[in-house]
Amino acid sequence: MDAELIAMQLFSGVALGAILIMVALGLSIIFGMLGVVNFAHGALFMVGAYAGLWVASLTGSFWWGLLIAPLAIGAFGMAIEFLLIRPLYKRSVDDPLLLTFGLGYVLVEAVRIVFGSDGIPFETPALLSGVADLGIGFFPVYRLFVVGVVAAVLVLLWLFLEKTKYGLIVRAGARDPLIMRVLGVDIGRVWLMVFGLGIGLTALGGVLAAPMRNVSPEMGALVLAEAFVVTVIGGMGSLIGAVVAGLLVGVAVSMTALFAPEMATIVMFALMALVLLVRPQGLFGRAVAGH
Amino acid sequence: MAMLEIKGLNAWYGASHILHGVSLRVDKGEIVALVGRNGAGKTTTIRSVMGLMPRAAGEVRFDGTSLLPLPAHARFGRGLAYVPEERRIVPGLTVRENLQLGLVASRAGIDEKQAIDEIAESFPRLKERLDQQGTTMSGGEQQMLAIARAMIARPKMILLDEPSEGIMPVLVEEMGVLFRRLRDSGVTLLLVEQNVEWALKLADRAVIIDQGEVVHESSAAALLADKDIQERYCAV
Repeated sequence: MDAELIAMQLFSGVALGAILIMVALGLSIIFGMLGVVNFAHGALFMVGAYAGLWVASLTGSFWWGLLIAPLAIGAFGMAIEFLLIRPLYKRSVDDPLLLTFGLGYVLVEAVRIVFGSDGIPFETPALLSGVADLGIGFFPVYRLFVVGVVAAVLVLLWLFLEKTKYGLIVRAGARDPLIMRVLGVDIGRVWLMVFGLGIGLTALGGVLAAPMRNVSPEMGALVLAEAFVVTVIGGMGSLIGAVVAGLLVGVAVSMTALFAPEMATIVMFALMALVLLVRPQGLFGRAVAGH
Repeated sequence: MAMLEIKGLNAWYGASHILHGVSLRVDKGEIVALVGRNGAGKTTTIRSVMGLMPRAAGEVRFDGTSLLPLPAHARFGRGLAYVPEERRIVPGLTVRENLQLGLVASRAGIDEKQAIDEIAESFPRLKERLDQQGTTMSGGEQQMLAIARAMIARPKMILLDEPSEGIMPVLVEEMGVLFRRLRDSGVTLLLVEQNVEWALKLADRAVIIDQGEVVHESSAAALLADKDIQERYCAV
């Protein structure tokens, strides 16, 4: 087996991991801040892909889809938080979980009604199709692009959280919402924004994934399971954990696909079980999370 | 002129009725000590003022504004600050970031860098530790940080819940000097304390609360001299 093939597969793993990071980040940030386990996250990934497809076909440009779909679905996420989840904060933690679980089914059925049950192929934009020679091998340009976009989003997110006043509010609000209220912060508004941000990220993941997979109403279910594995490995609520674990899972899956294809689907669960045995709070998790 | 005026305040935790018609006033520029036994309702009174009780009824006016109908976060902008008993230094954040939190919602146009420099001058202990994690400091230093964070946006009034609790005497003395200086600069203070003698020496007036009701109100000096009343309502 030659080095080029391994490098190629390694890179595929990074691209797969990049998509998982987009989904897991949102899942993790929403849990860390609002204490809500969002079971509709995979469905919103899928809705993001359809929204991207729809905007792209309407405008004739992939770029508009990539830009508008995450913003629109992020705003839709804010509406979900405000109208559906907010009334449940004072209730048991199971209630938002059940609500988002049901919402996921509703979204899948709604998309099925509007767009049909069959998968829709999503053309890779001409500019990003083909392969690029990186010296160590030929890599699909589109996957390079996906990794680049995710890296840029991560840098922006890091700058936002570590270097801005609003980032400070988010970090502090995740640890102690009460003192933030005392210090004049309308924490409900912060939760609204954070929920919108998390959903926008998963929708961006959906649009980015669309040309690499078949766009279908079921595409979110598998991603949700994968993203949960990533957040459990990385530590629920930890953003750095989501990034590291996303790459780890992506690479583990694609390398196993190369060497032992029949194990590829279970390797991530084996990895998760191992982490849970050795470090139950996840690689970067705090022993006690949530609020 | 009244800065804080509480009339007929009732408050509940679930089914238990904690405050039964508390009334008290704190005038502008004075220090009022709110004392009484553990569980008398001191903390509940200031938590009600801050909008942090699940259920509270009655009248609370701060600088002319009725507070109870407002959400908790709306008090900060009106100039009301609170230092909770647990201090609540945010974990994972440096001392500097904890100070910055005191300004994130401020609309007073305070220059952040300058304000932190000023605070560092008044609190030499914090100055050396600005880039250290806040929760790694000693209890006394964390208390200083909590007070500094409450002061930094220049509030009109600060509610302090047991600031001297568990703190070494030299820091308690330092804190007393700071509170007098704050009062002299026009800031109004409501001081909830178990350390009755220290609080009474510091305060202008004193209010005793017992079983959710105000049972005594006088000058701090008069209560300091009246050992009988102290014994009856404050003895542990």
